[in-house]
Amino acid sequence: MTLIETPMQRERAQTIFEKSKPGRRAAVLPDAEVPETPLEELIPAELLRAEAPRLPEIAEPEIVRHYNRLSRRNFDLDSGFYPLGSCTMKHNPRLNERVAALPGHARLHPAQDPRRAQGALELMWLLQESLSEICGLPHVSLQPSAGSHGELAGLLLTRAYHADRGEERNKVLAPDTSHGTNPASVTMAGYETVKVATNERGGVEIDDLRAKLAEHAGDVACLMLTNPNTLGLFDENIAEIASLIHAEGGTLYYDGANLNAVMGQSRPGDMGFDIVHVNLHKSFSQPHGGGGPGAGPIAVSERIAPFLPRPQVVRREADNGHGPSFDLDFERPKSIGRLRGFQGNFGVFVRSYTYILSLGADGLAEASETAVLNANYLKARLAAGRAGERLPVAFDRHCMHEFVLSGKPMKDSLGLATLDLAKRLLDFGFHPPTVYFPLLVDEALMVEPTETETKESLDAFADAVEEILAEAEEDPELAKNAPYTTPVRRLDEVRATRRPLVRQPLGD
Amino acid sequence: MLAAIGVDSTAELFEQIPEPLRLGRPLDLPAGLSETEVYERLAELAARNADAESQVCFVGAGMYDHYVPAIVDAITSRSEFLTPYTPYQPEISQGGLQVMFEFQTAMSELTGLPVSNAGLYEGPSSVASAAYLAIGATGRRRFVVSRGVHPHSRETLATYSAGYGSEVVEVGLEGGLTDAAALAGAVDGETAAVILQSPNFLGGVEDVAALGAAAKEHGALLIVACDPMTLGILKPPGESGADIALGEGQPLGNRLDFGGPSFGFFCATEDLIRRMPGRIAGETEDVDGRRGFVLALQTREQHIRREKATNNICTAQALNALGAMVHLAWLGRHGFRELGELLARRTAYARERLAAVEGVQLLHEAPVVREFAVRLDAPVEAVLERCAERGIAAGYPLGRDYAEYDDGLLIAITERRTRAQIDELAEVLEASVAAERGAKRSHSDTNAPQGVAG
Repeated sequence: MTLIETPMQRERAQTIFEKSKPGRRAAVLPDAEVPETPLEELIPAELLRAEAPRLPEIAEPEIVRHYNRLSRRNFDLDSGFYPLGSCTMKHNPRLNERVAALPGHARLHPAQDPRRAQGALELMWLLQESLSEICGLPHVSLQPSAGSHGELAGLLLTRAYHADRGEERNKVLAPDTSHGTNPASVTMAGYETVKVATNERGGVEIDDLRAKLAEHAGDVACLMLTNPNTLGLFDENIAEIASLIHAEGGTLYYDGANLNAVMGQSRPGDMGFDIVHVNLHKSFSQPHGGGGPGAGPIAVSERIAPFLPRPQVVRREADNGHGPSFDLDFERPKSIGRLRGFQGNFGVFVRSYTYILSLGADGLAEASETAVLNANYLKARLAAGRAGERLPVAFDRHCMHEFVLSGKPMKDSLGLATLDLAKRLLDFGFHPPTVYFPLLVDEALMVEPTETETKESLDAFADAVEEILAEAEEDPELAKNAPYTTPVRRLDEVRATRRPLVRQPLGD
Repeated sequence: MLAAIGVDSTAELFEQIPEPLRLGRPLDLPAGLSETEVYERLAELAARNADAESQVCFVGAGMYDHYVPAIVDAITSRSEFLTPYTPYQPEISQGGLQVMFEFQTAMSELTGLPVSNAGLYEGPSSVASAAYLAIGATGRRRFVVSRGVHPHSRETLATYSAGYGSEVVEVGLEGGLTDAAALAGAVDGETAAVILQSPNFLGGVEDVAALGAAAKEHGALLIVACDPMTLGILKPPGESGADIALGEGQPLGNRLDFGGPSFGFFCATEDLIRRMPGRIAGETEDVDGRRGFVLALQTREQHIRREKATNNICTAQALNALGAMVHLAWLGRHGFRELGELLARRTAYARERLAAVEGVQLLHEAPVVREFAVRLDAPVEAVLERCAERGIAAGYPLGRDYAEYDDGLLIAITERRTRAQIDELAEVLEASVAAERGAKRSHSDTNAPQGVAG
């Protein structure tokens, strides 16, 4: 199929370095106001740079235009439906941005004396308390920078907990459906991953879990789970699973990527989990920023609490008639230590606390309810059409906030891979679902609509899938060569890895 | 919608959660509030912080009160950059991917190393990630670390080391710089990496090439943490033999935000590219031959390689790296260098001015760019309290991290700190030290007031 190039396709990519022209500039700096001593008199010449680094030379209007143009080459959540499974692409309220930008937050130095940062510390404490209630676990550290950082923290906590009891354990169990970060974190924490199989209902295969626990008796440190799991299904056996791992002396870790399904409905702590990480950039509306920033606070049970990272935000009751005060507690002798600089991604805390204040107890529960309703509705809408046959749901039962389809029948009958469907969806103005994850499902397609989508958006998406499948029955080549309308078409990803070109070569 | 699903209520959908595990009560949190009320509540909290708008801020210690140009906010707040996920679908993510490519180019140019990733969480955890890389690259597990490396980096390295099972050996400072003889003595054939910071935590510019010789001799990697804002004037670590240059990115285009979010940058030699942590954008072409960008070398990453991944990092700090790139473009080739010169000259002025103050001595005389350390003849925390009462955050008390410098104060200068403010700092510091000494002499203990703000 040949199409006329769209205007954006016609405009070939050019980097800001290529737009540089000698002598142009944007910044006007303040006067030095002090003697203009030659640098060599301040710093030995051999430690100085010979030439100014070849940053772009470009005026402000052109910088603005350049990045505005680039922005239009992105698809974003504010432009359309983004059902990326496991990522919880829910609306990002703009109030959060406004309050995060208040100078009292944005220009607060992280080393400020706690007595002069009482508002910030109180906010952190309130967020800790809120997450503690939502997770059903008594203690929270906000320090980890993202979900995978929280996982690493959880595993280091597990290590410290066992070491404190004089035990050394080397294995961490995780289902074959787990997020890739789980086994990667396990390795970084010095453990070895042991896979646990999935049963026919999409949950942990209890017999396999028992077998793995027996095979590695006394050596299992932790079991990492997501519940609902990455198939979007709640594991009904979670209480039994918890008692099995606890009986073996291991900890139970909750990957909070799917917390959006259960806020105010069910709590990981009540399910028996010892350690939970929460992705503030998923369930608590921090914008994803094209790949961060996020934050991955952890909530833990009493027995894990002594090992939490340092410093910890604490509330101290006053003995002098004043109200309570807030402080950073460094005196934590059993702490695993720091995981990063200063106190964590405070700007993210401001946004997530703002979100929790806005929704309140009922609003959070309703958000999860609607997320689950939306996912089940979209699942039903798809099943009623061609997708029912070509893209059947991998485990046919009510789902939680997301569900996984298998593109195998579509591939076998139409020759269309899941990737082709995803690329054709781009032409219809949708961000595709997560593809090829979880690994357990052939040609997987993982759909998470979130609670902030209307029925109209869900219907439009289901209609698009229907239309693509109908069109493929006539001419599968259409989808195989898609997309046609995006700023660029299918890209050669193999070449970018075989012969990586990862920076712009710069001339003089 | 319920009819389409075939249930009577949403409650039915939650029946897959066993009854005893259903919460069955509202969360014990306040009811939701209107936007007006939430704003007022947050504004009230913000007002109880002494920020760099209400105080004159001479505190640095890794994060600095630079002026972030308005276009940074304008561009980073665009929905198209603010609200997408990581660019897994490159055809509709060319904007974000090209930004990463430009950012990598800029950081590579600043550090003098050929390969950069698209950013990590922040400075200290980037040090720990570099150490993890060094274990894989050398098969060794011992690190020799200068005490000039940021205390948070050293602490984070120690935390991570408990996981990947490594030994950390610290080397002290002499005259504000890493003790070269002690460093050379500490490096051996089991050493995976030597880790330095320049300018170091006390502000001193290290002779990286000279110190790094010991690493080269024993086949260890040389990891150098650096302050990107000084790289307009300082020799890039790549030209001094660094295998990895990394650091805290906050000075570039990011606000203080009480410590985050900011970003870490991470650059390395070509041969380490397949061991790098984090996202890397690479240039390629589409089926019609148009230039485009994709996530390159994804086989290093957790979503592909799982337990064999080079790092577990997933969500990082893309938006913060965009802020840095816009700030760097705004400063431009010459503005960036001029800013470095401005910092060095104002800092030299401030150092000289403070050295002349009664009760204040320089802690070291090593060359500095934007931060320097002094000793006070009175308890540091008490002096800081007096300065704060006069609207000045005078610096960072070194005693928080260095028992050997418990009389030390670290003072940072940015382009926002005018000569008049520096003069005022000198006067207030002089008066505060004198007052504390007087207080001490008269034994009428009026140390730091113990009251609680707010």
